[in-house]
Amino acid sequence: MSAPLTSLDRPNSYIGRSVPRPNAKRLLAGRGRYVSDLRLPRMLHAAFLRSPHAHAKILSINTDEARALEGVHLVATGADLAKICTPWTGTLDHFKGMTSAPQLPLPLDRVVWAGQAVVAVVAENRAIAEDALELIEVDYEDLPIVVDIDGAREAGSPPVNPGSASNVCFRSQLDNGTVDDAFAHAAHVVEEEFSFGRHTAVTLEPRAIVADYDPAAGMLTVHHGTQTPYQFQDLYSRHYGIPEARVRVIATDIGGSFGMKLHVYHEDMAVVGLSILLGRPVKYVADRIESFVSDIHARDHRVRARMALDAKGEILAMDVLDLTAIGAFSTYPRTSVVEGNQVIRLIGAPYRFRNYRATLEVIFQNKVQTSQYRAVGHPIACAVTERLVDMAASKLGLDPFAIRAQNVIADDAYPQTSPTGYRFEALSHQACLNRLHELMNYEGLRAEQVDLRKRGVYRGIGIATFVEITNPSPAFYGVGGARISSQDGAIVSLTPSGEVRCLISVTEQGQGTEAIISQIVADQLGLAQEHVKVITGDTEVTPHGGATWACRGAGIGGETALQATRALKRNILEIAALILQEQPSALDIIDGDVVDAGTRNQRMPIAEIARIAYFRSDTLPPGTQAQLTVSHHFAPQGYPFAFTNGIQGCSLEVDVDTGLIKLLKHFIVEDCGRVINPMLVDEQLRGGIVQGLGAALFEECRYSETGQLMNGSLADYLVPMPMEMPDIVIAHVETPTADTELGAKGVGEAGTAAASACVLNAVNDALAPLGATINSIPITPAKVLKALKRF
Amino acid sequence: MVTNLASRLVSRWDLEETAVKAKAFSYFRAATIDQALDAHARAGDDARFIAGGQSLVPALSLRLQAPRLLIDITHIGELRGVGREGGYLRIGALTRHCEMLSEPLIAEFAPLLHAAAPFVAHPAIRNRGTFGGSVALADPASEFPAMTLALDAEIEIAGPSGCRRVKADDFFIDLFETALQPGELITAVYVPLFKADQRFAFDELARRRGDYALVGCGMLGTFTGEHIDDIRISFFSVGNTPTRVRGAERALIGARLDAERIAAAQGALEGDLAPPESDEVPPAMRLHLARVLLGRLLGRLGEGA
Repeated sequence: MSAPLTSLDRPNSYIGRSVPRPNAKRLLAGRGRYVSDLRLPRMLHAAFLRSPHAHAKILSINTDEARALEGVHLVATGADLAKICTPWTGTLDHFKGMTSAPQLPLPLDRVVWAGQAVVAVVAENRAIAEDALELIEVDYEDLPIVVDIDGAREAGSPPVNPGSASNVCFRSQLDNGTVDDAFAHAAHVVEEEFSFGRHTAVTLEPRAIVADYDPAAGMLTVHHGTQTPYQFQDLYSRHYGIPEARVRVIATDIGGSFGMKLHVYHEDMAVVGLSILLGRPVKYVADRIESFVSDIHARDHRVRARMALDAKGEILAMDVLDLTAIGAFSTYPRTSVVEGNQVIRLIGAPYRFRNYRATLEVIFQNKVQTSQYRAVGHPIACAVTERLVDMAASKLGLDPFAIRAQNVIADDAYPQTSPTGYRFEALSHQACLNRLHELMNYEGLRAEQVDLRKRGVYRGIGIATFVEITNPSPAFYGVGGARISSQDGAIVSLTPSGEVRCLISVTEQGQGTEAIISQIVADQLGLAQEHVKVITGDTEVTPHGGATWACRGAGIGGETALQATRALKRNILEIAALILQEQPSALDIIDGDVVDAGTRNQRMPIAEIARIAYFRSDTLPPGTQAQLTVSHHFAPQGYPFAFTNGIQGCSLEVDVDTGLIKLLKHFIVEDCGRVINPMLVDEQLRGGIVQGLGAALFEECRYSETGQLMNGSLADYLVPMPMEMPDIVIAHVETPTADTELGAKGVGEAGTAAASACVLNAVNDALAPLGATINSIPITPAKVLKALKRF
Repeated sequence: MVTNLASRLVSRWDLEETAVKAKAFSYFRAATIDQALDAHARAGDDARFIAGGQSLVPALSLRLQAPRLLIDITHIGELRGVGREGGYLRIGALTRHCEMLSEPLIAEFAPLLHAAAPFVAHPAIRNRGTFGGSVALADPASEFPAMTLALDAEIEIAGPSGCRRVKADDFFIDLFETALQPGELITAVYVPLFKADQRFAFDELARRRGDYALVGCGMLGTFTGEHIDDIRISFFSVGNTPTRVRGAERALIGARLDAERIAAAQGALEGDLAPPESDEVPPAMRLHLARVLLGRLLGRLGEGA
């Protein structure tokens, strides 16, 4: 299970050590460099007039008064930008048969959701731009709208895209052909319909962009709060016809992202066009309401699922229908069907059964797009599976731990292929289950629950196992034709003073990417972490790569840094060997000094090697060319994904008179392979869990029947806050992947993947003695009281 | 697009009016009440008084309100201070929410307000928001306006035609509509001093601490032993205005506080309250929650609260 002992395991290794993030102090001191704060000389500001209708024809747009307002530099409509920007379509080739209408920065003749940007104004400042918006007149003619999943699927339902036969974006089915037979012979069947509301990312810093086109140089520079600068470099280049080498995307500090900031947004594309039209820098920062109506939303599923079991509680089969509504377009360039695709592929993933059938239907509607957000598809798959497992346990009189222990794939049975075709290298469900049982004092919690029920206090205990997809290979996007890299690149240099600079393509969004990269470089080269400078997020400086999303920063970016650094170390030791007249293999580097590999006696500082190589190369043997800068690329090979696993548990209390739920404690046992920085891993898990708890109890984008978002403010859209969050207890099991030297897998989604499932199971556990069940997320007081028939 | 926040502030709002930067306005800092009133009159009443700004500034940024003139009243000394005046505690309009928590006179003589204060929003908002501003806005989901009803407080108003005092019972008229006339200003709130034979209780049901409550309630009862001589019960987040529940009060006054009376008071709520339609909290649910909360608070009152 463990990787062979390597330098990674030596006692003073930076790998596995909780060291602080080098950038934390800078950010806490208010020295962050966010796009929102950026001011460039001659910079103008954009604002957007938005559609108040969920679906309408644009009859006319009158911008005369707005153009005449003092301080306004440009008023642009869809037609103006369509002249310089080519349309995009949010489909990928490997999703057979999927459709989505072409999109432009601003619409030409039709709006398809309430909040869609329609006209752009660029002015001296944002206030003037907004004054000008009030002077624009748009005549609309209402068109029929579809809002909910059922309405969109009905025969004769008005099409979101006129001319389409239906509102179906994509259909997919997995079927190994044995499901009907398995259900026919099952001793027990449990079945339920689940619903999962829409929610959204609510980043601390909203989307922000400054586009700066220099017509003299033919050069576009975009300062962009994004996770994926290289993807946007490619897109801006292709859609605006600017050579790639003349497009620079700079993504420095970013106030939260969570997947939300890796999609193409109409306003962002428009701002690039506005800067090209004006030849001046143009800035746009979404305000909070604009974020709610134009950032991608997530989830929005209705899942009908059943599970067949034999008389002893062995899971035999699952049969699933996932209906998911994604708004009016599929997002670009990653599409809006990845979530549903992952739902049907992750359902049942921890378990041994083989008979599986799942149908996915992805549906258009007149709302803002949904797309990839933290833990894409995982919380849905986990909640459906784990709730059915609990329902089965209750039906068979089995304990939730017992039925899982009976059905998970055994830790010694790997490699395994899931019924949906995922290949698992090595997971640790049994170890995690055992560890959680002890960690949460399960027997104690159960005893306490029984006692409290006698006094009318309804506590619930829930657990949920999960499998997480990390380290994606080109199988994820590349095969579908998306120009989204699955490899990463690093350039590692020894500076003349003997320090190390690492330019790397993975990006930092606050999770500590730069910290772990500096740990890996310091560890592999053999010097103190403070002597390593990591630079990320500038396409003109850092090598091309996938950047940070889908849990790939540590697993892929980390391996890239490791291999690059090993190559640099070899080069340093070659020069050291020449100077010291030794064999390179007889030397090593420890704490910034070249040492004898055997005795560890200090020979010379690497700073001295740098000095000689850079300034006194005349003293080296003739023909020596010191290579103290190394570039290296790494693409994952072997398994198409590095799957991780874990289990969460929680204890909560339901006030059965008010429907309010108090979260008492949350637990997670997680296996992300090799842990590089335990503190950062734990904080990722906590943050992820809190996002999952938000989805479980609070977060929902609520729409009216006319497609209007009803709660687009932070007073009305409830994000999880500290007072409601429980303590989170964390434990680890480490099963490194053998596909890389580092052995690290991702951890970013793990917390979010199972937290809501865990709460759903715990609430149902609490309500069980009252005969009430809930299978809808978020679990609001109204749903609890309805289930209890209290009103 | 309509948000609950917006609907609290204006009756009509849609995306065509959405903005993030306020429209240009003039600013005047008044040193005295007279200066403030005069400035308002000279602006043809196209003006707003600003104190803590915790509701007004978001409304300006969203362009839900766009007055020509903002009159800053935070430097008017006459609006400050908490002190006893006869049988009343005079609470200056500029008293900040955080001072409602920290001021010993309020804890001693208006303990219901002291008990409600920690439920008002979050610390950052409590540091700026003012008591008078909260009462003037009369948000039906706010704690303090409803508590002035439970306390039988009187609101002191300065206006072009002089100074007057209005009973809380006569102050709240409809959604964001009060006895305040254009150009008038709340100067202080007078709260009858808390007495030894009185008991109070306050609580609210909210999904998150600091949120607008699903239902909230405060009450002040005068007791002889376990016998209720008088009681005033006020709810918030139940309709267009803070609401006294007179039917429930009647069910309790003159009786001994016991389980049967509590049930009678809970039963009377159906006649006292008519919660509005809401996609998130249907009227029947809000009424149910009001009953639960009333039962719990009366239970605490029975224990001496």
